[in-house]
Order: sequence, then structure tokens, then C-alpha cells
Amino acid sequence: MKPTFSTPFLAAAALMLAVSPSFAQSSASPAPIKAGALTIEQPWSRATPAGAQVGGGYLRITNTGKEPDRLTGGSAPVASRIEVHQMSMVDNVMRMKPVDGGLEIKPGETVELKPGGYHLMFMDLKEPLKDGETVNGTLVFEKAGSVAVDFAVRGMGQGGGQNMGHGAAPAPMQHKH
Amino acid sequence: MVFKRSILLPLLVFLTAALVLLVTLLLMLPGPNSSGTASRVPIGGPFQLTDQNGKPFSSESLKGKPFALFFGFTHCPEVCPTTLYDLTQDLEALGKDADRMNVVFVTVDPEQDTPELMKTYLSSFDPRIIGLTGTPDEIAAAAKAYRVYYKKVPTEYGYTMDHTATIFLMDGKGDFSGASNFQEAQDIRREKLRKLVKNG
Repeated sequence: MKPTFSTPFLAAAALMLAVSPSFAQSSASPAPIKAGALTIEQPWSRATPAGAQVGGGYLRITNTGKEPDRLTGGSAPVASRIEVHQMSMVDNVMRMKPVDGGLEIKPGETVELKPGGYHLMFMDLKEPLKDGETVNGTLVFEKAGSVAVDFAVRGMGQGGGQNMGHGAAPAPMQHKH
Repeated sequence: MVFKRSILLPLLVFLTAALVLLVTLLLMLPGPNSSGTASRVPIGGPFQLTDQNGKPFSSESLKGKPFALFFGFTHCPEVCPTTLYDLTQDLEALGKDADRMNVVFVTVDPEQDTPELMKTYLSSFDPRIIGLTGTPDEIAAAAKAYRVYYKKVPTEYGYTMDHTATIFLMDGKGDFSGASNFQEAQDIRREKLRKLVKNG
């Protein structure tokens, strides 16, 4: 016996598939992590060259609560610690600085840590990060506390600047505007 | 003399800024395609450094072939590995033409970037890429020749570096021919490299 579905049901199911990010991204990206009022999405890192002592970490944090929270840093077995840094490019000069006092996530806001801007730094890497691996880490927030986050390591060509011309598959990032 | 010293730094900063502006303007202009009449842009010049094999390496070794040169450091999460990765892909895309040019990565962090670390780091990229380090004074001299800004930024446990992220495109005589950076689209950058090789 084949199960039968009504047309409206099928339409609704198709619509859900089309709009739901968790369906659209399938296995490429795990479900969002909930920690208190925070939702953490799409944590990823980039493969590092041999001998590299640092690696970048990127993700998106949404504060669904009524109080601001702060990302102050974290830890990872592969590194001595995780720091929050800010990068900027002005007049062809790349500037890098630690985010003093942690990165604020205001209520109702989404903060994106991404190439070229705020990012996590895996410091004193014990081994290179390899494409396709997963890096376990723990992020520390002032209010939400410690949150375990697994970073998917992508290829070295991923997400540098405005480089859209790379042959590699684009990062499965959603851009909702 | 004291007065002169005190204005030296602001003056230098001003001159550097003016130069950057001038270069930007030159780059934005259509440009007379290096037909010989264009005046030389004062970027680049002689340097004496050490390569990733620990051997002395002078700018003389680059004469005769155009080259792409940029400054960075290995404790750099994004710009430097991305630039090296991009240039590695570019060299592959250039095919045989890639042997008619050089790619040079100069560290702005000579304290940590020993020849050994440069060699290990560069093993992840095209083996033709030349990695250069040196004494702090030698690095400062090379950076000055290329009008490159770099500065140590203290962090809680150590330091990181601010630095100019320009890829300098230099012709076979070692003269400035153009510029790119890691934010430029791949096809535009490759076209610039092809042109650089073609013009020699």
C-alpha cells in the first residue's frame, strides 16, 4: 500500500523543505546550537598551512533574549586557547586587534564572525587544521556560560575577502537580507 | 635637531599617505600600458634578506623576471594564507608562464618567522614561492623600499601584526608595474599576472 497524501499536505511539505535552513543545508551544516538565549549557527574554520600557529574560527550568534551577552573567548584541545579578534582592511592595510572585554551580542541581534571582520583565533595550534575535519571547541559567554561548539574545517581557499571567483564550492552560507 | 627629529615621524607618515594616494590614483587611471614614457613609481628597490633555506637572498636574484611580492607573517589567520593559496592557484593556472615569474613572500615578523618556520609554512603552497626573512633591520629596509606599513599589536599573551596587504607586481627590471590584493577577484588578479609575465 502506498501512503497517500493530500495536495495541500505535499505543498506544505515542499514549502518547508524550501524555506527551512536545516533542510536546505542537509548534512553540510549541523543544527543550530542553543545555549540559553543564544543560538549559534554554522561554526567553521579554515585549513591551516604546515607549521601555522594560529587558525581562524567563524560562526553566527543570535541573541533571542532580553539581556546583552558577551563572547569572551574559549578553549579547544587543538589550541592553547580561543581569542576573539577583529580584523579590518583600510587603505590596503590589514589590521588585527583583540576585542577587549569580549564581543557584545545585543538582545535581538545577530553577530556574524566572518572573514575580514570579527573572528575567533585558535592560538598556539598543536597541529594544522585539515580540510574536512571537525575541531571541537568550547566558547565562553558572560551569561550563557560555556558552550561546546564543533567547527567544520573548510579548504584554505574559503571565504577570503570578496573572492567570489574561487573554483572551490562556495561556503554554504546563508545570506538573509 | 630635536625639532627636526620630532617632525620626522609625522612627516614620514604624511609622505607615506601621500604616496599611497598617488599610487592609488595612478592605478585608477587608464594608464599608458608601460610604453616606456610612464615615469617610474618609486616602489621597490634593493634588499638583502634570507630565504627559507637559510641562504642569503638579494633583490639582484630577482632581476630578469617579473615578480609578485607581498609582506605578511605566518601567525596570520587569514590574509597571508589566503594570499599564498590564491597565488599557488594562480601559478598553476598560468601553466608554463608561471616559470617566467617569481612569487615572493616577505615576513614582517622576523622574530618568530625563522627560515625553518618559513620553509615549513611554505611547504603547504607552490614550491616555487620564495619566502624571505632577515634581521629586524633588514626587514625594515625592505618594507621601507616597498612603502609597506607594519606594526606589532600587543595581545594578552603575545602580539599580532598589522601590515600592508598589497601584492606588488614588479617588472623584470624590479620596477613597480601594478598591484593586487587578496580581496581582488581571481580573474582580475590572474589577468594582471598574465600581463605582467607578457610585458616581462
